[in-house]
Amino acid sequence: MVELSGIVYTARDEAHLRMMEEGIPFDPEGAVIFHCGPVVIGERIIAAGPTTSARMNDLSGFVLDAGVRALVGKGGMGSRVVRQLKDRGVYLALTGGCAALAASRMTLKGVYFEDLGMAEAIWMIEFERVPLVVGIDSKGRDLYAEVDAYAKEQFMKRFTL
Amino acid sequence: MVNTADTSLMQAVSRSTCRAFLEAEIRLPDDIRRAISAARDAESGIARGELQNILANIDRAESMKLPICQDTGVPVVYLNLPPDIPFDPNLYEAVAEGVRQATASVPMRPNVVTPLGRKNSRDNTGDGMPAVHVRPGSRFTITVLPKGAGAENMSRTTMLLPSQKDRIARFVVETMLIAGGRPCPPVVLGVGIGSTFDGVAALAKEALLEPIDEMNKFERELCDAVNELGIGPMGLGGKTTCLAVKIKTAGCHTASLPVAVNVQCWACRRATVEVIP
Repeated sequence: MVELSGIVYTARDEAHLRMMEEGIPFDPEGAVIFHCGPVVIGERIIAAGPTTSARMNDLSGFVLDAGVRALVGKGGMGSRVVRQLKDRGVYLALTGGCAALAASRMTLKGVYFEDLGMAEAIWMIEFERVPLVVGIDSKGRDLYAEVDAYAKEQFMKRFTL
Repeated sequence: MVNTADTSLMQAVSRSTCRAFLEAEIRLPDDIRRAISAARDAESGIARGELQNILANIDRAESMKLPICQDTGVPVVYLNLPPDIPFDPNLYEAVAEGVRQATASVPMRPNVVTPLGRKNSRDNTGDGMPAVHVRPGSRFTITVLPKGAGAENMSRTTMLLPSQKDRIARFVVETMLIAGGRPCPPVVLGVGIGSTFDGVAALAKEALLEPIDEMNKFERELCDAVNELGIGPMGLGGKTTCLAVKIKTAGCHTASLPVAVNVQCWACRRATVEVIP
């Protein structure tokens, strides 16, 4: 378990596709990408829980190549991303559904690609001690894969085919 | 007999629907809070941390009057009509008006789209939306169950054979094995057994309206079997994958055994408001 403070950039499917075409609008060196479509009213973040990261499985290689060091989301990512994170970054899990808690520890700092709409734009957000779990580390350890393998084993033990 | 042509009655239905959504979206029911809190006390490490975040989020949502989760769901509404309130088709529009009011005042994320064109109505209504279930009752009440997509998408129905009663447990546990962390566990599982192909899914959803403080022997067995999977809060591992299993049954054809599992994330939102005409 870790706490993260500092600047992160939200990005969902559309933002990743746009960045692939037009380039990354912020300095990616050491940056953090947050899989999130927040509810923003005026300058205020109303709700900002994580979205399902697996949708970005095939869209994350280029941001890691560009220097991004951490991805924040929920549900984990595919084996390809686990390999891409090796020796250079981590995947951090934020508790799903905790929109109110998350919003209370986040301050809006800016926005890119606003024309993509509220959910898909890149919002620059300052985290203040946001509680996270290291789901995939930089040594190739994937907590989700471990849990999944254990669940399958337990199921087979109880219900033989 | 109450005169349903009276517009003040329809306004009361809209107002009560809106109030029920305000309550459901912002304040989690006490039985669900108790269950999450007990699970937190029983866990350690990451699982405990996840449940602690959930409890802190629940408190934060209530004190700041914010939605518990950014997926405020699609509107599912159970309208109970007592004998002195005659059925009137205008009731559907009155409930829909309440959903529009709630969408603006909670606020609820506009989630309802046309299924193929994916056109968003911006007010959480559409053809057959809100999903309104009219039932006879002793009191004039509106119960709402805002249903998020993460958990709804992992729900399943099967038509077992009468000789396959022992496969019910397998089907329920397999539903969570497939789902893993995706429905934001710890979940509540509504299980329908019996009725018809369509009816069993409705039973499973109605089972989610039942308080979860108590489980019968079969419900307890199913809940324990799901928890043995070790999926844990948010799929990060732990003892608590399922807070409770609730079963609802109905008569069925002698040649069938329909079973449905409606998966509900930890944000098991529901609220009931009495309509005062």
